[in-house]
Amino acid sequence: MSTQNRSSGLEYTNISEIKGPLLVINGVTNSAFDELVEITTPAGAKRLGRVLEIGGGTAVVQVFEGTTGLSVSETKTRFLGKTMEIPVSDQLLGRVFDGLGRPIDGLPDPVGEKFLDINGESINPERRDFPEDFIQTGVSSIDGLNTLVRGQKLPIFSGAGLPHNLLAAQIARQATVPGKGEEFAVVFAAIGVQNSEAAFFRKSLEESGALKRSILYINLADDPAIERIITPRVALTAAEYLAFEKNTHVLVIISDMTNYAEALREISAAREEVPGRKGYPGYLYTDLATIYERAGKIKGSNGSLTQIPILSMPSDDITHPIPDLTGYITEGQIVLGRDLHRKEIYPPVSILSCLSRLMKEGVGEGKTRNDHQNVSSQLYSAYSRALELRALAEIVGKAGLAKNDIKYLEFGDLFESKFLKQGFDENRTLEDTLGIAWNLFSTLPVDELTKVKQDEIDSYLKVTK
Amino acid sequence: MQAKGKIIWISGPAVKADGMSSAQMYETVEVGKDKIVGEIIRLTGDTAFIQVYESTSGLTPGEPVVGTGTPLSVTLGPGMMGTIYDGLQRPLDKIAAKAGTFITRGIHVAPIPKKKWNFIPEVKVGDTVHAGSILGTVKETALIDHKILVPPTEPSGKITEIVKEGSYDKDHVIAIVERKGNKSELNMHHDWPVRQARPFTQRYDPNIPLVTGQRVLDTFFPITKGGTGAIPGGFGTGKTVTLHQVASWSDASVVFHIGCGERGNEMTEVLIKFPELKDPRTGKSLMERTVLVANTSNMPVAAREASIYTGITMAEYYRDMGYDTVLVADSTSRWAEALRELSGRLEEMPAEEGYPSYLASRLAEFYERAGRVKCLGSPDRNGSVTVIGAVSPPGGDFTEPVSTHTMRCIKTFWALDTKLAYSRHYPSINWMTSYSGYSEDIDKWWVDNVDADRPKLRLETYTILQREDVLKEIVRLLGPEALPDEEKLILDVARMIKEGFLQQMAFDKVDRYCSPEKQVKMMRLYTDFYKESQKALKNGITLETIRSLPVVSQIIRSKYEIPDEELSKMDVLSKTMFTSFNELSNKEVAAVVDTK
Repeated sequence: MSTQNRSSGLEYTNISEIKGPLLVINGVTNSAFDELVEITTPAGAKRLGRVLEIGGGTAVVQVFEGTTGLSVSETKTRFLGKTMEIPVSDQLLGRVFDGLGRPIDGLPDPVGEKFLDINGESINPERRDFPEDFIQTGVSSIDGLNTLVRGQKLPIFSGAGLPHNLLAAQIARQATVPGKGEEFAVVFAAIGVQNSEAAFFRKSLEESGALKRSILYINLADDPAIERIITPRVALTAAEYLAFEKNTHVLVIISDMTNYAEALREISAAREEVPGRKGYPGYLYTDLATIYERAGKIKGSNGSLTQIPILSMPSDDITHPIPDLTGYITEGQIVLGRDLHRKEIYPPVSILSCLSRLMKEGVGEGKTRNDHQNVSSQLYSAYSRALELRALAEIVGKAGLAKNDIKYLEFGDLFESKFLKQGFDENRTLEDTLGIAWNLFSTLPVDELTKVKQDEIDSYLKVTK
Repeated sequence: MQAKGKIIWISGPAVKADGMSSAQMYETVEVGKDKIVGEIIRLTGDTAFIQVYESTSGLTPGEPVVGTGTPLSVTLGPGMMGTIYDGLQRPLDKIAAKAGTFITRGIHVAPIPKKKWNFIPEVKVGDTVHAGSILGTVKETALIDHKILVPPTEPSGKITEIVKEGSYDKDHVIAIVERKGNKSELNMHHDWPVRQARPFTQRYDPNIPLVTGQRVLDTFFPITKGGTGAIPGGFGTGKTVTLHQVASWSDASVVFHIGCGERGNEMTEVLIKFPELKDPRTGKSLMERTVLVANTSNMPVAAREASIYTGITMAEYYRDMGYDTVLVADSTSRWAEALRELSGRLEEMPAEEGYPSYLASRLAEFYERAGRVKCLGSPDRNGSVTVIGAVSPPGGDFTEPVSTHTMRCIKTFWALDTKLAYSRHYPSINWMTSYSGYSEDIDKWWVDNVDADRPKLRLETYTILQREDVLKEIVRLLGPEALPDEEKLILDVARMIKEGFLQQMAFDKVDRYCSPEKQVKMMRLYTDFYKESQKALKNGITLETIRSLPVVSQIIRSKYEIPDEELSKMDVLSKTMFTSFNELSNKEVAAVVDTK
């Protein structure tokens, strides 16, 4: 018997236990780990699941659409002899699917050029190409300070009620590589988002005309939670195909990874596994890595896969396991802050806790501008000083501060109102962004500008007295 | 006897097989039809628990499991330098040649190439050789003469045959050793089990610093050759960049960089950058002395557990040739998580936060493999393995199990600070919470080799930073204007030291490496500036005037404006500083005369 049709079509009805999203089937022979299972409910509807554990004639199957309505006696299961696959082709562009990759836009199933396993395989680090092409998002706080490059995975850490969707949509609309004119294809994976949020995204892509080069995978808040394990993988499989086989630049936006981790915890709890922090399974890091690490560029392909996962930090806590482990895997993070949001500054990017690890590769002479990196360091250093002094001024009052310190305080306010703050439709070029920065520097004494070099001061600083 | 059994249960990377009664603990086995590699981690009756080093997706109960009779081992011989391996010592470029861009399962490739090396014998017929003795040399890379060693397991004996200088591949018999009528044929490579430390003759005290060219490390928190260090920090605090700096610029001969459950792009960065970067001492490409072990976060978790052992065994092998090696493991927390995951699958009783109870002993075993030693065999030579482990504590909390256990095993602790990183103070090593147990041990080296004043200057500089730390508390309550000028001066000078000395730009061509000589000169500059300013304040010159001296920003900029080749400029700068203070006091005198 060959691997392909090993157990294909074998039916089992001997279900011994149903708990949470899991189905325990007895008397199973010849089934493989991770195999796809088709479940027929007593009512005749079909659901999908996969084997989580197999041995001693018992298979533990995770049912994607949930176990509601299944019974021990009348449920039928069929082992399909393959792992979960989706058809991929150019025709996916412009389509809308559910969280398992089934069309929900009223059009027929897409015709696949081939079928790919949704789990993907790890990219051989030796075959990776290092990401270094600057992506201009038109957002100053990102372009100027936390530059995004092609093939990067840069999450947005947000909180409930913060405008992360607005920012993600703005990036999806505005992202370009200056001078290249190549457009991004957008793959959007909605994981447990509210109906209105999904609709907002769709509308935003439609209005900018980007929908025809987008693929949407939608698992809504009222869709089965277990499906959420699959949604990002389906989306990334399609994205990988476009990026690495069709030489497309793909931007993948995944919202909201917190819901994904919750689903993972649910399964882990149902399996009675030893929990790690806050009840999340010990393998949460590894599991998240199998999603995030699918970003990148590879040698021999002109495409790239850039990921912007969005996650909402439970009670704005950046040390919560989900943002924490994410931050260890991704190449930086954009953090949104409630304080700035309250001050009505959009985008409320709390820059001190942000980072783009790949920035240094994407900026500088020949890529953006020679002063880019140093301007960024200077902004960071001055703004962090300003914030320190702001806290101090609240205690001792402005009178307790030195002359220079007051200049820094003013710098902080200007930075927030001129540099950070911009319109939802405002698309700033990098020149604009750096120009604003130099204007801000002119409010500080020249001696204080120790992070930028003398020749940069000479060419860019306009002394306004 | 070879164990032959069948899979009975599969869950993720853990597999159970029965019919394995003749298998041994930690024996490697071939699992399933694809013969994927696994290792036995528990035996109960004739059931073996196996951790499988590749994806188990699609594996079926009933598939065969075959024992290999040997524990997990690496092959040691010429051709390792410059290679990027996975956690099981499979060269990733060879995997790519076979499987393409993605790593597929069940690929078997040779760890070292079967190419011809020019072998130069260093022993002759009739010589007595011992375990670990050098038989000869091959030029492995421009920087590394690879010594061919008698395997440590071979007893002493007489050379009865040795090949002439010439080209041979790794399997060619190059020497025959005879002892009591027994002959053994030796070639250029041997295998060694990764979980077993390689033997040596004697361990030395660590008293030679590993010079990294990073000011905050070398000056304040040094590590020695053969020492152990840990660098814990939350994400974004610059662990990886700091480790890359150490790997790039330290004065070790060989560097092993283990990417253990980290980002794929980081390994790619090393692969692309290191060949371009030049070793500051030899001018040769860094890749000529570097071996990478990459088991990224999305590669199989069991191989991640093995990767640090694979790396340290290779490092010990180069130590045995007489080299100073550095091993950086990024990150030991991911390794610990791999342990936790496997332990969980085995349903072992968890200790803190789900980690197995043997976490502490495993960590201690690993760090104890560091050391500066006298190598086995002849001729006499010394080598060292320095181990630096990154720790990624959840939420940056140093009280979690991996950090606390690690702190008990190491002597140098580089605490990364999220706050410093947020204000882009890099390397964001907190100078108050970090420590080094080697500081006194290596004073003599600095005095003998660099500058007799170094211990004094170091203390003076550090005192300024300590006083600032205390004053900061007062400033927090009362504001800086509440302090007298003498104390404000301390804040000012501390700020200069932080910006100009502690901060070091990894991406600046000049600043990324700072020689020990320059480090001492810089400290002298800052301490002299402090003393001159104190004098000036006493003479009635205002702090404002001192602050506005142009030499202040020149001192801060000296870190990247004066390259190591032009250190005399540091002395010129020092003169400029003294002159500007002299002018200040002259002006002051003139002003006093004027008003009269």
